[in-house]
Amino acid sequence: MSPETFLRVLGPNPYKVAYVQPSRRPADGRYGENPNRLYKHMQMQVVLKPPPENVQELYLESLGAIGIDLRQHDLKFEEDNWESPTLNAWGVGWQVMLDGLEITQFTYFQQCGGVDLDPISAELTYGLERICAFLQDVDSIYDIVWARDPLNGRVMTYGDVRFADEQQFSVYNFEAADVEIAWQHFNLCESECRALLSQYAAVAKSSKKERERFPILAAYDLCLKCSHLFNILDARGAISVTERVGVIARVRALAVGIARAYVDQQRGDSLADSEPEPATAKKSKDSAKSKDKPQLTPVGS
Amino acid sequence: MADFLLEIGCEEIPARMIDAAEGEFRKHVGDVIERGRLGGGPIESFSTPRRLTVIAKGIQSEQPHEIELLTGPSVSVAYKDGQPTPAAHAFAKKAGVDVSQLQRKATDKGEYLYAEVTKKAGRAADVLGENLPKAINSIYWPKNMYWRKPNEKFVRPVRWMVAMLDGEVISLEFDGVRAGNQSRGHRILADRAVSIPSADTYVAAMADAKVLNREAREYQIRKVLDAATRTLSGARWREDKELLDTVVNLTEFPSAILGNFEREFLALPEEVLVTVMRDHQKYFAVEDSSGKLLPHFLAVLNTDGDATGVIGHGHERVLRARFNDARFFWQTDQKISLLDRVPLLKKVTFQKDLGSYYEKTIRVQCAASWLSEIVRQNEIAIRPGIVHKAAYMAKADLTTELVKEFTELQGIVGGLYTRAQEIDSYLPEATRLAIGDAIYDHYKPESIDDSSPRSIEGAVLSIADKADSIAGMFALGLQPTGSKDPFALRRQANGVVKAISDYKLPFLLSDLMRDARARYQESDAEKKFSADDKFNESTRAFFRERLEFFLRDIKGFSYDVVNAVLAAGDDDVVDALRRAEAVKNVATMPEFQAIGAACKRIRNILRQGVEKGITTTEKFRLRPESASEEKALATFMESTVPEVETLRAQKKYSDALLALSGARGPVDAFFDKVMVMVEDEKVRANRLALLQTLLQQFSTIADFSEIVADGKES
Repeated sequence: MSPETFLRVLGPNPYKVAYVQPSRRPADGRYGENPNRLYKHMQMQVVLKPPPENVQELYLESLGAIGIDLRQHDLKFEEDNWESPTLNAWGVGWQVMLDGLEITQFTYFQQCGGVDLDPISAELTYGLERICAFLQDVDSIYDIVWARDPLNGRVMTYGDVRFADEQQFSVYNFEAADVEIAWQHFNLCESECRALLSQYAAVAKSSKKERERFPILAAYDLCLKCSHLFNILDARGAISVTERVGVIARVRALAVGIARAYVDQQRGDSLADSEPEPATAKKSKDSAKSKDKPQLTPVGS
Repeated sequence: MADFLLEIGCEEIPARMIDAAEGEFRKHVGDVIERGRLGGGPIESFSTPRRLTVIAKGIQSEQPHEIELLTGPSVSVAYKDGQPTPAAHAFAKKAGVDVSQLQRKATDKGEYLYAEVTKKAGRAADVLGENLPKAINSIYWPKNMYWRKPNEKFVRPVRWMVAMLDGEVISLEFDGVRAGNQSRGHRILADRAVSIPSADTYVAAMADAKVLNREAREYQIRKVLDAATRTLSGARWREDKELLDTVVNLTEFPSAILGNFEREFLALPEEVLVTVMRDHQKYFAVEDSSGKLLPHFLAVLNTDGDATGVIGHGHERVLRARFNDARFFWQTDQKISLLDRVPLLKKVTFQKDLGSYYEKTIRVQCAASWLSEIVRQNEIAIRPGIVHKAAYMAKADLTTELVKEFTELQGIVGGLYTRAQEIDSYLPEATRLAIGDAIYDHYKPESIDDSSPRSIEGAVLSIADKADSIAGMFALGLQPTGSKDPFALRRQANGVVKAISDYKLPFLLSDLMRDARARYQESDAEKKFSADDKFNESTRAFFRERLEFFLRDIKGFSYDVVNAVLAAGDDDVVDALRRAEAVKNVATMPEFQAIGAACKRIRNILRQGVEKGITTTEKFRLRPESASEEKALATFMESTVPEVETLRAQKKYSDALLALSGARGPVDAFFDKVMVMVEDEKVRANRLALLQTLLQQFSTIADFSEIVADGKES
């Protein structure tokens, strides 16, 4: 999951972003032989934080914008909730079905990196290969016209561009990847990520400036590498049953640590710089009591 | 009198939740009306994926006046020298009346003041506006979500509300949305605000905006499915209640198209084709008059037809891709035979603490073989070789692409592959097919309503597999609690009970559990297991509940018969069933009503004996001082017991009970004339022994003291 989604949905700051992201799932590779399955596919991700009230209508308008006249089609929002155990993230939403084809995953994120989100973000994931195949009315993803030469009309297909990628990475992921080395990579990335997180814990108490320039983005990069290496090892059949749960937990621990650190980094002032603000937003019965003894919320606990 | 309408407009509510939510919503609004003393006529409701609506016609527009009596201070405090004191004034002020209007009444504690107060009648609009948010909030959803913190939480975001009392909008707010008189039409066909002038025009206004109520949608879907199928001679759509409910709740204005797929896909097993159509695409299958699948499907649309044919083309393309996938998976899977896949199960987790499916396979195979041997020893026909082989391969399909894609086809795919593949060259065809059938069926019965496996071999495998799961989870302390049963252990246990009953298998439930637990010996899992006695106790109680449910709700025995029968033994399903039949047959006979009372009495006497530490002789012996009624009962027992024991051994429980029914006369006479707890120790011990023998004869069949007298039977 891109940091534009994973990190930006955290914390209080509003954010809106759209970007294309390749999604790699080694175990889904089919050596380029299956017309509908890919090891790597393209998603357009849209994150709206907080979601506007007309978010569904905006989404439907976006389909109109790429040439889908909804009056000519059958559209349904069918329940489909999303969850990522490695990133400790989940949300509630739908798969959007257009003439029986799932073209988008529409999710209201509820939790990310184990952090309860406030505000909530809406995440729209457009499946680009599917939408293109739909628009171009082709049965195989590989037949999608990627580009047409304006001079001679010669066509480059999706297959021309991506077939080798699919074939060779399937070979790598299923056959060639060196398990021993992949484990070493995994351990290295994990230990560097953990080291960064403990450094941040120290920096968090120092000056605002030090805190703000701390490379949490790099820590997240390392976490993503672990996640991908886990997927390769899994596709390679190198993770035993008993190990599996444990390895997922290791990646999740990184994701949770990063999410907490990121939220901490985003807060206004550091604890060292100013007094903590009393919690005034919530008028609970206990508020009178807690006013007498302002409590520090431990960071990264 | 006024008509009330409330519509909650939402983003698409999950189809599976709508029916229950509509019912709850109607009930909660009804409660608000009733508690608010606004009672009127019946309450109607309406639902679509985007709205829940309640219409209450003829409710009170104002609460009826109600007179309340307020009790005040005692007269002695309220008046001094005939003059009202400040206490009297204060009370009058509180009650809102003049002091002169206060009245007196006598109580046990003396004379007190009281005042009659007319309770202020609330306007219906206020009462509703105030109480409805809580009512809406109390609708149960299996899964909620936030869309704005901290308060806005519902099944999906609420986007509009309509709340009208006759022509007036009432003041109501929920989840940050204020109610008005504007609803919304169908997303595509009537994408606009729809003014609702009043409750009685709602249904018509909605129909105009291409939004139909549930019944109308179901009717319309059936109609269009029939019409579309009629274009093919001899064809019909495959009725499917669950699928119909789903598509009804995925649409606001349904229609349907008949689509086609290439005939060549019919070479794939029907199970695969139907699963793809039904579970993944929500299409109805089309079959000929003999039930054979035809190369067509029916898709229900959420729009008014497909004038250009674009929609049908799209659905056909998606289905073709899905079928292509399935065929690809099928072909890929054949590269490794099911037999060769078994070792691959070492990499498939069964449960994180219970290890892999390979380990499970080995345990289940041993257990199933042991069970087949028990069956064989009981002279029930079984082919242990088939059980053995099927158990070994049963879970191997979990490694296939087809099952990874269509998990609901687990077992079925294993069965299909066994039929299609060569296992061992020496295996006769019929044997291979039998193995395939056992694998195909081994998840059955998946619930108490599902049928058992077609063969006894499949049933034994199914029982061994389920017993292994239940025992493992219980040993880890993961038994179901309350409404939480994440591993569906209750369903699995129901399946065990049903399969045992259907095949009349001679298995003791406690043996099944003890054996299944023991098969985890020396595994990593065992280190996390709870103590033996705790395990035995909890699995026993668990299966007793399942057996109770089975006898009562499925076999239709009354509570008292079930309790009586299970008190005499809850370990042998088949035997319990036979005993229940027998007890049911005799329970209404007057003899047994009397015997029931006598059993209760005997039980009490014996308990007193135990409590007082009184010894009982082992066997009754006729003594010179024995009373004649005692002798008569003893004689009856002596002549009847051997016969009863023979009948019981043959499991002819009805005959045994009939033979015992003769006990009524001697027993009644005995209790009339004979005192059991006499001073003479020897006489007493002897009499207790007699009673004990008698009770034992009955209580090995059922505890008759549980039987409820005529008329009280539930």
